[in-house]
Amino acid sequence: MPNMSQKKNPMPVQDPLIRARNFEEVALGYAEDTALDEAARCLNCKNMPCVSGCPVNIRIPAFIEKVREGDFEGAYKIITESSSLPAVCGRVCPQETQCEFKCVRGIKGEPVGIGRLERFVADWHNEHVSAAPERPAPNGHRVAVVGSGPSGLSCAGDLAKRGYAVTVFEALHVAGGVLMYGIPEFRLPKKIVRREIETLRGLGVDFETNVIIGKTLTVDQLFDMGFEAVFIGSGAGLPRFMGIPGEALKGVYSANEYLTRSNLMGAYREGSATPILRAKRVAVVGGGNVAMDAARTALRLGAEKVYIVYRRSMDELPARREEVEHAMEEGIDFRLLTNPVRILGYQNENDRRDPKNGFVTGIECVRMELGEPDASGRRSPVEIPDSAFTLDVDAVVMAIGTSPNPLIKSTTAGLDVNRRGGIVVEEATGLTSKPGVYAGGDAVTGAATVILAMGAGKTAAAAIHASLSNNA
Amino acid sequence: MYRITEKRSLNPTVTLMEIEAPYVAASARPGQFVILRVDDEGERIPLTVAGYDREKGTVRIIFQIVGATTSALNRKNVGDTLSDFAGPLGKPTEVEGLRKVCVVGGGVGCAIALPIAEELHRLGCEVHTVIGFRSKDLLILEKEFAAVSDRLAVMTDDGSAGRQGVVTVPLGEWLAAGENYDEIITIGPLIMMKFVVAAAKPFGVPTVVSMNPIMIDGTGMCGGCRLTVGGETKFACVDGPDFDGYLIDFDEAMSRSTMYRDFEAVRREEECNLFRGNK
Repeated sequence: MPNMSQKKNPMPVQDPLIRARNFEEVALGYAEDTALDEAARCLNCKNMPCVSGCPVNIRIPAFIEKVREGDFEGAYKIITESSSLPAVCGRVCPQETQCEFKCVRGIKGEPVGIGRLERFVADWHNEHVSAAPERPAPNGHRVAVVGSGPSGLSCAGDLAKRGYAVTVFEALHVAGGVLMYGIPEFRLPKKIVRREIETLRGLGVDFETNVIIGKTLTVDQLFDMGFEAVFIGSGAGLPRFMGIPGEALKGVYSANEYLTRSNLMGAYREGSATPILRAKRVAVVGGGNVAMDAARTALRLGAEKVYIVYRRSMDELPARREEVEHAMEEGIDFRLLTNPVRILGYQNENDRRDPKNGFVTGIECVRMELGEPDASGRRSPVEIPDSAFTLDVDAVVMAIGTSPNPLIKSTTAGLDVNRRGGIVVEEATGLTSKPGVYAGGDAVTGAATVILAMGAGKTAAAAIHASLSNNA
Repeated sequence: MYRITEKRSLNPTVTLMEIEAPYVAASARPGQFVILRVDDEGERIPLTVAGYDREKGTVRIIFQIVGATTSALNRKNVGDTLSDFAGPLGKPTEVEGLRKVCVVGGGVGCAIALPIAEELHRLGCEVHTVIGFRSKDLLILEKEFAAVSDRLAVMTDDGSAGRQGVVTVPLGEWLAAGENYDEIITIGPLIMMKFVVAAAKPFGVPTVVSMNPIMIDGTGMCGGCRLTVGGETKFACVDGPDFDGYLIDFDEAMSRSTMYRDFEAVRREEECNLFRGNK
């Protein structure tokens, strides 16, 4: 008998007021009995609408059935047929617009908590099973993967499972890409990322850190070294700024820099070698998941007041609903329909050596209202005349997106990019304009989600396999 | 891990090291930089490449002991390893086609200016060089510069070596005497580069400056190294580190370079105490 409760089993979380001051994970995960209860809500539909909502097509009803039977390792095996990073996806996927959006139970009541069950299964495996995955017999082919973020890891994992010798080249000193430098500890603990990477190592994937493709080695050199195909998953690149006065003041960060200092370099820890401004009042400009991460990081770094400044309204806010709710519970102040026009700084005209000179003191904003829908169908914000006001802050974090990194493009002849700088690929295969070179993730699409990048890595892995096994 | 194969003290505050890093050694060119971490808990710091040996697979760095990280680096010895050494980053200095150049280096910036002067000399360019230091104790690489310079001026603030005065004194004299340089290339403290640009401007000589702002990744991701160049935001790590000196907003760059001054002071103190404790 299915469990016909209209509500999902709630996710246990740390108390908002306590968690807003620590970097421990916010969501605590289902216990076994909760997982069993939630799994019983799945109707095991024949046509499996949820699977079509998953960018990597995990056989969702099949894994949930295993959970219901109490065969958690069996559930894990089903998930990992399709996903190389289950513990990550269970935490950061926007399930509400993907698998759970398509769930039949969602028509009347709440959908099955697919993401929560995925996370439960992955965590159960990581806690109870230490056996290394079976290493497939080598097929004699070598593939290079550029970048160890979600798309690269997913591509590397799928190829390694088919017996390819895969080397992943990472520019930073640790593997994981945005999972390590971007997404904060309280949303995705780094030991989980490291564990998923260890699993890939167990499959035979080789990681080379401190290698910047396009600088240390070029794509053409990778072919000279004997790699037969190259997948580029180098991620998003240069942070965007608004182009308003004051963005060079001390205390203005890109979200990339702010989060990298805290997450990758551990600046949130006492005694860290890497500095970060411990601001008391912080404005984060933007409305995406990255903006939520930056705002909640600022709070945990000791800020007393943190604003989200976003020029559209709550309906247009692009961040995941759950992240917005968590941010609100923690006390982030959402200033919607608000747009910055200028960042203000301290300047002592009488003392050029005053150490406070050049530091942020505030952000001047104007109020906005929504006008006619623009080309993208979103209503564009219009400034309300004479509505300027100032928020007193000592740090500003710009979380308004990135533009693609120029390093690979500028050193790879024959690699076409679009007007925005994204690498041009064939959608069905990920193949670029350069033979043997595939690409996926933010390097192609601009800033998007972990799971879309993983889907692209998977697509490219299948295409690389089709191409290399034909030429065998 | 990246092994230290040679270490030499150039003066009490400046150290030279050769680091085993075959990939970097194979592709580095003058003007580029590396990002290194001394150990697993360390911060990432950029250092400009001061030379390389493609056959031995080693890269030379020359650094001034100014903060906690450079102190920790200086405590490493031959045979020890650095946990990370990534590069080469940034664009190489453009030296092709130059026939007569004045290279102006200040302090530890001379370490970066040397490979550029050497490369220019190798390409048959006439090289005039001005190097400046606070005092004789801090003077480095004089012989090396002399070997590749058609004209060399050594300056110290206190006159304890060479002539007393700042680097713009001989530069101004040479320009006034009608030396027609294709370009001036200057590397050193921001304030010095600002004055070199000011000295060059009346003569309209193109002046390239090498910027070394605060950075984290060095690959075009964090944006911490941004500079205002001709009114536009540029990133030193991917657009530089060399820029047209006439277009740089030096005052802004100087202000930004002091962002973590308080933090640095505390960390330096801690590092010194730690070191004393170990002894």
